Amino acid sequence: MSDTPATSLAERLAARFGDTLTISTVRNETTAELAAADLIAVATALRDEPAFRFGELIDLCGVDYLGYGQTEWDTNTAAGEGFSRGVEGQAMGRFDWAGRPRADNEPRRFASVIHLLSIEHNHRLRLRVFCADDSMPVVPSLTLVWPGVNWFEREAFDLYGIIYDGHPDLRRILTDYGFVGHPFRKDFPLIGNVEVRYDPEQKRVIYEPVSIVPRVLVPRTIRDDADLMQAKAEAADDWQRN
Amino acid sequence: MQEIRNYTMNFGPQHPAAHGVLRLIMEMDGETIVRADPHIGLLHRGTEKLAESKPFNQSIGYMDRLDYVSMMCNEHAYVKAIETLLGIEAPERAQYIRTMFDEITRILNHLMWIGSNALDLGAMAVFLYAFREREELMDVYEAVSGARMHATYYRPGGVYRDLPAQMSQYRESPWHKGKDLKRINSWREGSMLDYLEAFTSDFPSKVDEYEDLLTNNRIWKQRTVGIGVISPELAQQWGMTGVMLRGSGVEWDLRKKQPYAKYAEMDFDIPVGVGGDCYDRYLCRVEEMRQSNRIIQQCVKWLKANPGPVMVQNFKVAPPSRVEMKEDMEAMIHHFKLFTEGYCVPAGETYAAVEAPKGEFGCYLVSDGANKPFRAHLRAPGFAHLSSMDTIVRGHMLADVVAMIGTYDLVFGEVDR
Repeated sequence: MSDTPATSLAERLAARFGDTLTISTVRNETTAELAAADLIAVATALRDEPAFRFGELIDLCGVDYLGYGQTEWDTNTAAGEGFSRGVEGQAMGRFDWAGRPRADNEPRRFASVIHLLSIEHNHRLRLRVFCADDSMPVVPSLTLVWPGVNWFEREAFDLYGIIYDGHPDLRRILTDYGFVGHPFRKDFPLIGNVEVRYDPEQKRVIYEPVSIVPRVLVPRTIRDDADLMQAKAEAADDWQRN
Repeated sequence: MQEIRNYTMNFGPQHPAAHGVLRLIMEMDGETIVRADPHIGLLHRGTEKLAESKPFNQSIGYMDRLDYVSMMCNEHAYVKAIETLLGIEAPERAQYIRTMFDEITRILNHLMWIGSNALDLGAMAVFLYAFREREELMDVYEAVSGARMHATYYRPGGVYRDLPAQMSQYRESPWHKGKDLKRINSWREGSMLDYLEAFTSDFPSKVDEYEDLLTNNRIWKQRTVGIGVISPELAQQWGMTGVMLRGSGVEWDLRKKQPYAKYAEMDFDIPVGVGGDCYDRYLCRVEEMRQSNRIIQQCVKWLKANPGPVMVQNFKVAPPSRVEMKEDMEAMIHHFKLFTEGYCVPAGETYAAVEAPKGEFGCYLVSDGANKPFRAHLRAPGFAHLSSMDTIVRGHMLADVVAMIGTYDLVFGEVDR
């Protein structure tokens, strides 16, 4: 895709919606962040107005920003304690339900991210709506604007516990009947809570507390040091000529 | 007169026409559907959460297992998203290889679809014909990756290795011997590209055979014409993509509209339907097989003439060669770091979409700069399509639900993720 369409889309969005949207364009992908209260009005305008015509809602998903940017391996200071520094952390593979990390000072954990497509203008747009309250994340439902969002919202509710206000049928969709918890939240253990098996004595399927021991093979690492800079330079291909 | 009431019927999850593990709760008025409520998630494995707990490259294999009849297309979306975030681009030869394998995958998928859909609607023979050609293409998958289905062949920065110079041959066995053995090995004398050349020159006549069986078949038409009509407006409202959208007459194909890999260089046509019913979508898919065949031919021609690298020479994301590793300390360290820690992807987010055989398969990646994705979301076309089930089958007969499940081209690996 050329540079122009996304840039001009960002300009048109800024001109039409002003301060309602916080717009950024990175790599030709336009993202607009907005408050939950404005969502329905903006979405309806984006669908109907000839300058936008986002006729299709391609995707909606939840995101849990708990622990964003946290690493388990200190790469900036010198080593002193050996490998042990690599296994301290709170990645979701490391804890069980009892030892899960508590979110206390993470403002705005949950977001609902929407990807729109305009077939008429060949545009894409990403909308991000943060939920105001982490303990009770609520976002208005878009089912009246794009009926196809129905299952996507059910999925985000199931996996993240985001409540879509006004959804006609907000049931769980992917998890088991009678499942407890929202499994894609960052404080939900990767090993889960229960395991299920057939008990030959009771002659029925039974649920038991999970017996897997949590473990992580590769620690989560962020390297913004020379390595990454070098990789960038190498990717630019100039190093071979020098 | 006796009082007649609606009753509720359970369909699946263990039903041959459910294409896996679909459970449908249907409210029926006699044999007419009043309400259909699909229950999905019986194949939910939490792929996205698993991907978030592993270095980027270790999840490529999971992508094959999402839509397990269009394996490499799923890999393509995931790999494309990583490449966008890293800011790298695969070498030209790798791009051609990807284009070629995307189309091989499309044929694989449509063969599976035409066979199983015809089987659902009562035509046994097509399945056997389609699997004959599917087997031949599976051998191509095996030749490049060693696996017949779950290839893990695409990697960020290119593809795992170059195309093999020698196509493997059948050995003599109680099942393959004499004249039969000679016939199946006759295409396999040369390289993989020679094999594909032979296949593609032969394949259109095979598509004619499927069409002979179905296109003018009276029963086939009775089961599909005018069934499951989707208007272009309805298709857009429900987020439909791919053949589900094109069958309704909307000319939308990412390979043309937002070209990736080498599709901009390819000469091919996009078939669109007129009526938006199951029969039109059948015609679209058959024509897509012929167009894919054309694309493969163009790729084979280019690949034969242009040798070159198939992987970027950036050892932060691609492994160094074995030879180099034995001699060079630096290469050894790179190899070790790449396969233990992986590579860190700059913070940011991207949505990469490809035109998978079933529709738009997208991958939304959020990276916080770590060696594992912070959030990986996979947009499966089948999920959006199936959600429209209730709206579309209301008022249809029970048997038409089977035709509809077939025309959605559902695979529960991707719907449930």
